[in-house]
Amino acid sequence: MSSIKIRTKRLNGKTQIRTLITHPMENGRNRDEHNNFIPAHHIQELWVEHNKIKIISCNMAGSISKNPYFDFLLKAGEIGDTVTISWIDNLGQSDTKNHIIK
Amino acid sequence: MIKSRRQFITKTLALGAYGITITTGILHSPIVAAKWLKQRFILSDYDETIAHLFNGETLIDNHNKIKISRLPNVAENGAIVPIKISSQFKNITKIYILVKNNPHPLSAEFEISPAVEAEVSARLKMAKTSEVVVIVEADGKFYRRFKKVKVSIGGCGG
Repeated sequence: MSSIKIRTKRLNGKTQIRTLITHPMENGRNRDEHNNFIPAHHIQELWVEHNKIKIISCNMAGSISKNPYFDFLLKAGEIGDTVTISWIDNLGQSDTKNHIIK
Repeated sequence: MIKSRRQFITKTLALGAYGITITTGILHSPIVAAKWLKQRFILSDYDETIAHLFNGETLIDNHNKIKISRLPNVAENGAIVPIKISSQFKNITKIYILVKNNPHPLSAEFEISPAVEAEVSARLKMAKTSEVVVIVEADGKFYRRFKKVKVSIGGCGG
């Protein structure tokens, strides 16, 4: 099961890309039940590709909410184009997902 | 099969080097072009962050071509604060989101190509009542806009 969910919607020739990523986004300041700090674990980089061309890159800190949501608006985008979203976090874990615009 | 001691040593070394390459992320580098700069995200003072990011550039305040929507005046829960930024500027290259009173003010920086409309949404965490600052870079100039958000329950722990 991929951690990335992608939805696209065509709007007057533009394409809206919405994404929801399952990730704890711990900033290292929260405590667990034994009052110990939960180590930081958050996405650092996220990037969006449209037909293999990188169009958005985002660097973020732990102050983005848990299970982050983003939406973007693409100026073009045709049915059948691929949108790829990838992320990498501070522990080196990463994920990537392809989506075809319908 | 590893027959000799020499062979064993060379194979171990090769594997070790491979492991190091993976962990240091050299194999990742062709994909990750924009670098995540730790220095920017660990600063704990708003003014310091601004100074570090913009290096003395003038920030043009309260320009009405930047629109902040979806951001509530009062956020019940600081753990999820939605924000939507849109702008009429052309040639936008970067969008920064900062939360002034957070332990580390810089939340996110977006780098966008001309193929993307200047419209971005995200969800933030806010530790306490604070101003949310959006800075847009367009044509090499920087435009800034503030909005104050009152937070009932903080979302940054501590």
